[in-house]
Amino acid sequence: MDKDTSIIVKGISKRYRIGVAQERADTLRDLITSSGQRIGSIFRKKSEPKAGIDYIWALKDVSFEVKQGQALGIIGRNGAGKSTLLKVLSRVTDPTEGYGELRGRVGSLLEVGTGFHPELSGRENIFLNGAILGMHRKEIEARFDEIVDFSEVGQFIDTPVKRYSSGMYLRLAFAVAAHLEPEILVVDEVLAVGDADFQRKCLGKMGDVASAGRTVLFVSHNMSAIQRLTQESIVLDKGTVLLRAPSNEAVDFYLNRGLSELGERYWEADEVPAASAPFRPLAIRIVDKNGVVSDSVRSVDPITLEIDYQLEQEVTGLRVGFYLFTTRGEPVFTSFDTDSSELFAEHTSRAKGVYTSRCVIPANTMNEGRFFLGLNASSYGIRRYFQDEQALSFSVDASGAPGTHWPEARPGAVRPVLNWEIEKKA
Amino acid sequence: MSSAETTPEIVTLKPAKGWLSLDLKELWRYRELIYFLTWRDIKVRYKQAALGVAWAIIQPVLTALVTTFVFSRGLKVQTGDIPYPLFMLSAYLPWHLFANSLTRSSGSLVQNANLLTKIYFPRVIIPVASVMAAMVDFLISLFILVGVMIFYRVPVTLNILWIIPFTLLAILSALAVGLWFSALNVRFRDVQQMVPFIAQIWLYMTPVLYPIMINHPIFRFVYNLNPMVGVVDGFRWALFGQTPPDLNILVSVAAVLLLFISGLFFFRRMEKTFADVV
Repeated sequence: MDKDTSIIVKGISKRYRIGVAQERADTLRDLITSSGQRIGSIFRKKSEPKAGIDYIWALKDVSFEVKQGQALGIIGRNGAGKSTLLKVLSRVTDPTEGYGELRGRVGSLLEVGTGFHPELSGRENIFLNGAILGMHRKEIEARFDEIVDFSEVGQFIDTPVKRYSSGMYLRLAFAVAAHLEPEILVVDEVLAVGDADFQRKCLGKMGDVASAGRTVLFVSHNMSAIQRLTQESIVLDKGTVLLRAPSNEAVDFYLNRGLSELGERYWEADEVPAASAPFRPLAIRIVDKNGVVSDSVRSVDPITLEIDYQLEQEVTGLRVGFYLFTTRGEPVFTSFDTDSSELFAEHTSRAKGVYTSRCVIPANTMNEGRFFLGLNASSYGIRRYFQDEQALSFSVDASGAPGTHWPEARPGAVRPVLNWEIEKKA
Repeated sequence: MSSAETTPEIVTLKPAKGWLSLDLKELWRYRELIYFLTWRDIKVRYKQAALGVAWAIIQPVLTALVTTFVFSRGLKVQTGDIPYPLFMLSAYLPWHLFANSLTRSSGSLVQNANLLTKIYFPRVIIPVASVMAAMVDFLISLFILVGVMIFYRVPVTLNILWIIPFTLLAILSALAVGLWFSALNVRFRDVQQMVPFIAQIWLYMTPVLYPIMINHPIFRFVYNLNPMVGVVDGFRWALFGQTPPDLNILVSVAAVLLLFISGLFFFRRMEKTFADVV
């Protein structure tokens, strides 16, 4: 490994058993019925894939190098393998195959606030969280004031964090992690937190980290943050690296790539995780006012969103709904098919069968731009069956919308038509 | 700031294979985390409890009162010259330490699943810290023991220092079992359900509430395979100075060491899958 190389990854692959999250069902009863096979597997030299069990490669043959002091962006849809890659790099989990070398301590901001305890005060949590992130007591003491300043929770530092607002909590959590000063900083989606001011501060802090000669790996759906913070990015899809390029090019590639299939997307049986059963998404589509499936619709027309799905057995409390995001990852709205109390009461339980849930975004709602349509199927408080935050992308064209007589771009994701009155007072 | 000037160490990523070495160096580097997690466990346990740390004393005292009533007054258990409450407490405190450590450490990994899936550190720190937290309760409750000894006018001699190695033996026993149980619990939550039951059976198999009544050498050997027999026996000797423990104590020590070392290796073997399975 060269002196100025910070990270080398060669042919890293990671295999998971499908539905690994459901392995809680794997109890002693299974153990007894399989007459000790499972316990046997614990002791076996290598866990060979067994017939009849589904495996999924979350990462497949990923190789790249990062120079010291470089900030590398990692872009990809949900499920592309970004989180797995970060987990492997931060040593939370081992790769199934491949080899890698890292120079120095890896600090991860995988979901800030890990290890925070609600009963403990802000002060106590700074020390605890610092230690969990691998800081020594002396380092924490030396940076304590700086952390408190950065977090802006000063006067509440001796209050249990369970009394903090969620914003304060996140600011404190980020402040600790940001002052860790590791040789390699791994950041995953932290910028979704806090108000705009604090986000700016976080971006600034991360910029400092990179300019201080440390290496930063940055994962985000926020494309503008990726472009601001990183010089180069890799695009991941289905566990493999599709492209490594300067961030501007990588972002373009990612946004223009075939995420959309002409306003419609189908799921093949093998694309749906087994854990989603009994819910199986079949298709999702955008329909314009003429009933034509299209990935480009007009702001001045109503937009119809449709989802076809199959229930393999009766489901109680099911709600199927959409998330709408801008391509920068900012949420626009969320809506479920059983939002109205009438429909909720009518569909407490849905029998086995094939369904379509459909809704209409009224005319004059969306501003121009490109959007991601996400899908969620869940039973509130019970289970989430399926989620894909970027199931489909589509464009909205604002031509003809009120206000377009001024040829300027309007900020904002929505463009509602409001009832203005102009009154002469004097 | 500080770490940047020194040449950073190179960390390698590769698939876990076979039985891993223990890597004590890494553990040493993270020693402060053991301290902080122990401290967290204690702090959190007594937060918002009006009586706070006093519970560490109240619990064993109440148990002593109840068992005195049942075993001494009711069942007329004979304990020689030593008053039953003292007899019972002398064994119950190390027992309580053991049972507490065992229960806490067995569930510790699952309780800290959010750490396991997000951040790297030597996993063994988690069960170790939960045992240390139980240790603090034990140290506090020792004051009660000395108080009760003074109350019954049992002389407190330097011999009491012998409780140190026996305490270590109790802790090591709990940690040994805790390593096995915590790692298994990640995969099979049944362990969590079984632990209270196991602890109860174990209590009856240990001469805490009654004196040792076995004299046959072979049975005594088997009896001492339960390390807590050695611990309890040793505690009573250290405090009351009657018959010193015989060579059977070595059986207890050997049993613990075997369980502990195998537990460590088993834990290391399993820890690579914790984040994926928990």
